[in-house]
Amino acid sequence: MQRRILAGDRLIATFLIGCVLFNYPLLSLFDRPLALFGVPLIYAYVFAAWALVVGLMAWAIERRIS
Amino acid sequence: MLEAPVVVTVALVYLGLLFAVAWWGDKRADQGRSIIANPTIYALSMAVYCTTWTFYGSVGRAAVSGIGFLPVYLGPTLVMALGWFLLLKMVRIVKANRITSIADFISSRYGKSHRLGGLVTIIAVLGIIPYIALQLKAVSGTVSLLLSYPDIVMPDRSATMSVAADMSFYIALILAAFTIVFGTRHLDATERHEGMVAAIAFESSVKLVAFVTVGVFVTYGMYDGFGDIFEHIATHPELRRLVTAIPSGQGYTGWFSLIILSGLAVLFLPRQFQVAVVENVNEAHLKRAAWLFPLYLLLINVFVLPIALGGLLHFSGQAVDADTFVLTLPMSQRQQGLTLLVFIGGLSAGTGMVIVETIALSTMVCNDLVMPLLLRRKAAALEERKDLSGLLLAIRRGAIVVILLLGYLYFRLAGEAYALVAIGLISFSAVAQFAPAIIGGMYWRGGTRAGALAGLSAGFLVWGYTLLLPSFAKSGWLPADFLTQGLFGSELLRPQQLFGLTGMDEISHCLFWSSLANIGAYLGVSLLRPPLAAEATQATLFVDALKETGPVGAALWRGRAQVSDLRELVGRFLGPTRTEAAFAAFARRRGGKGAALEADAQLVQFAESLLAGAIGSASARVMVASVAKEEPLSLEEVMHILDEASQLRTYSRELERKSRELTAATRELQDANARLQELDKVKDDIMSSVTHELRTPLTSIRAFSELLRDDPKMHLADRERFLGLIVSETERLTRLINQTLDLAKIESGRADWNGCELDLKEVVEQSVAATSQLFREKGAHVELDLPDNLPLILADRDRLVQVMLNLLSNAVKFLPPGSGRVHVVLRALAEGLEVSVADNGPGIRAEDQALIFEKFRQVGDTMTAKPSGTGLGLPISRRIVEHFGGRLWVESAPGEGATFRFTLPYAGPAEPAAVAGNPA
Repeated sequence: MQRRILAGDRLIATFLIGCVLFNYPLLSLFDRPLALFGVPLIYAYVFAAWALVVGLMAWAIERRIS
Repeated sequence: MLEAPVVVTVALVYLGLLFAVAWWGDKRADQGRSIIANPTIYALSMAVYCTTWTFYGSVGRAAVSGIGFLPVYLGPTLVMALGWFLLLKMVRIVKANRITSIADFISSRYGKSHRLGGLVTIIAVLGIIPYIALQLKAVSGTVSLLLSYPDIVMPDRSATMSVAADMSFYIALILAAFTIVFGTRHLDATERHEGMVAAIAFESSVKLVAFVTVGVFVTYGMYDGFGDIFEHIATHPELRRLVTAIPSGQGYTGWFSLIILSGLAVLFLPRQFQVAVVENVNEAHLKRAAWLFPLYLLLINVFVLPIALGGLLHFSGQAVDADTFVLTLPMSQRQQGLTLLVFIGGLSAGTGMVIVETIALSTMVCNDLVMPLLLRRKAAALEERKDLSGLLLAIRRGAIVVILLLGYLYFRLAGEAYALVAIGLISFSAVAQFAPAIIGGMYWRGGTRAGALAGLSAGFLVWGYTLLLPSFAKSGWLPADFLTQGLFGSELLRPQQLFGLTGMDEISHCLFWSSLANIGAYLGVSLLRPPLAAEATQATLFVDALKETGPVGAALWRGRAQVSDLRELVGRFLGPTRTEAAFAAFARRRGGKGAALEADAQLVQFAESLLAGAIGSASARVMVASVAKEEPLSLEEVMHILDEASQLRTYSRELERKSRELTAATRELQDANARLQELDKVKDDIMSSVTHELRTPLTSIRAFSELLRDDPKMHLADRERFLGLIVSETERLTRLINQTLDLAKIESGRADWNGCELDLKEVVEQSVAATSQLFREKGAHVELDLPDNLPLILADRDRLVQVMLNLLSNAVKFLPPGSGRVHVVLRALAEGLEVSVADNGPGIRAEDQALIFEKFRQVGDTMTAKPSGTGLGLPISRRIVEHFGGRLWVESAPGEGATFRFTLPYAGPAEPAAVAGNPA
């Protein structure tokens, strides 16, 4: 029971993190003509944030809480 | 090589393969060995979200607006993080109430309303038909592109051809036939289609593989990776804005609106509701699918921008539509195999969407639009037909054909017009209108039927006015000044600057006004009056879906119905055989109570839910009411019953808690009892040994006393000797009793320990001093080897003295008279201090060395005829030493004396724990 509640809370936190990362104003910080290893900054940022959110969800769901 | 026959054959073979997968899935489902019962397949079936709009359209969108294609996938990712809660609740509700579509869901929540279900169906059909048209356009467009291979010729936009010569017409027909075979082979009471889901999951894999393959080909085959493409872009200033900024026409508001819209669409698009909620096999699958599906979205989008940029660079200056880059780039490189793979991928994306969407829509049209009308208008005609399941199937098949033909019609009329390009988002905005009624309905008891009707209607009208009609105007179907001048020439009513609101893109504009109208009307009208009884009942079933409610629904039905009537009614829609089986199974579950003539509330409830699966909850309600004499419940009564139910829940929770506490208490008691019994056994053992040991001295005391009593003339010397023996035996007896008590205390853990840091040397010296008289009497010599300044140890001084006295007095006992030597050594080792007491007595045989530490065991006492000790000294000493974390043992060989050693750990930071512990 405790485990379900914790996993659920982690998912809600992931949702909130995603909402902040994917939107103005954080998004605007990366909206500039720079490149990271040849990849435009905003493109790299959105995909990295996206991968982070998916990773956090997988972690929250799959991890066994001992 | 890629001529028409090849392309058509490949397409048909692929569709045949899909059908084989579906057939296999259905067969396995019938055998009870489902192939779709795992979270990966479930997540793949959700990926039906990715249509040709994703497969071809994302690249087109990226070519215009850079990363502007992404929010449509970020929204679903965020929503899936909440899927654990939202989808789980929806799945529970759907399974408990046998809901088969989103229209049924809303209608059922607000008291099983026909009008509401119909309205939802109309919004869904109007919103989705253009979306289906988009798929037809994409599939037919790619076929005609392929046919001109290897040249890249954009389809002629101005040419008009007859319907008979139009390939997309045949594609629509093939898809209709395909969907009919997939989705309406037989009538299922739960509307689940395992075969279809298997085929959709297969298609999702194909489109992902195809897209990633072409992405890798463009990025690493045509260019040298991501960096290379972006470097090329640097030399094209007109392309650079695509990769460096949020698209200007969209802005952050538009970006945000798209995230919200797509997040709602992934829940409420009829096809998404179908695969994620209705087709869900096991709610546990939601967990893993909740992150696998977003991962799928991430993967299918990685190569969108490289393909778009690669296409823009490659076809720079040529008239090649960016929507076709996915196909035309491999074509331009003469990659036949890859081109075909892309075509198959696009075909998968298109057909998957069309199949699931039309199945979902046809269920809605049948259950929430046609059946209610038939029930109202042709009730008499329906009465006469014995078996209506054929009619239901026919209605659904007809609906599928009509929906696809409407899609085709829209495609023909709209052609290449604006309306098709933006249609994906227009559809999303339409289904977003369901959100307040659904989410409100799942979490708020106060929503009413009137409120939901008002909200949906208001939102739908605003959507039509601000998004659909303007798209018609832009396509030229309406006068253009509708956009610029507004309705009736009123500037305030300009559809895309409603009431003068500017500064937003059209999607955000529509989202704002439609949700304002929708949510406002829903809340406002709901708050006008309290819910009716039927609404309150359904509200409880929905809002409390995640609680363990028990059969509340049955408690809320009061009336009389005949079992035979119900059976006949259900049989007419489901067929007699399956009805019999279902009723029999229900009777078995309830312990064979199926024989009664009169149906009770639970049976009525069961029959209604069976019917609801086939014809929708609202129609099922009407049909059941037609064969039962029902007493309507007032709102007060409903509230009363619901209160009782919730009180019962509270009581049962309380009861559960109490019972858990009782179980815990019982366990504790059992443990305590076991411990007591063990102690009791220990006590018994000691008692029996002790009694035996006590008997020996008592016997001798008694024997000597009797001698003294019976022989008054005994010599004085004898008398004194006997009295001396009596005294020493009495002393032994006292010692025995004291030590027994001491040992019992130690073993039961009730001994008093006064642990403190002390100097072991002092203890040894004190003990030796105390026993010096004994040594002198025996003429023995004691040698001490006690270094100064040793570390302190943690122990009980008196107890240690007891140990030392025991060892020393033992040694004295066995020393040879006159020549005895005892050597006491204190040493510091790594683990602690070691004390050894060595004597030059007779020694102890190896086999006796373990025995001497057992209670009441005395071995090989060669010096005296009878035992002189109690047999408890060494066991007690060993327990004392062990209590302080040390150990006590003996080293000896016969004839070479014996050395008793014990160690005690240093008083360090870790030591207190060892003292607190209780090794007994």
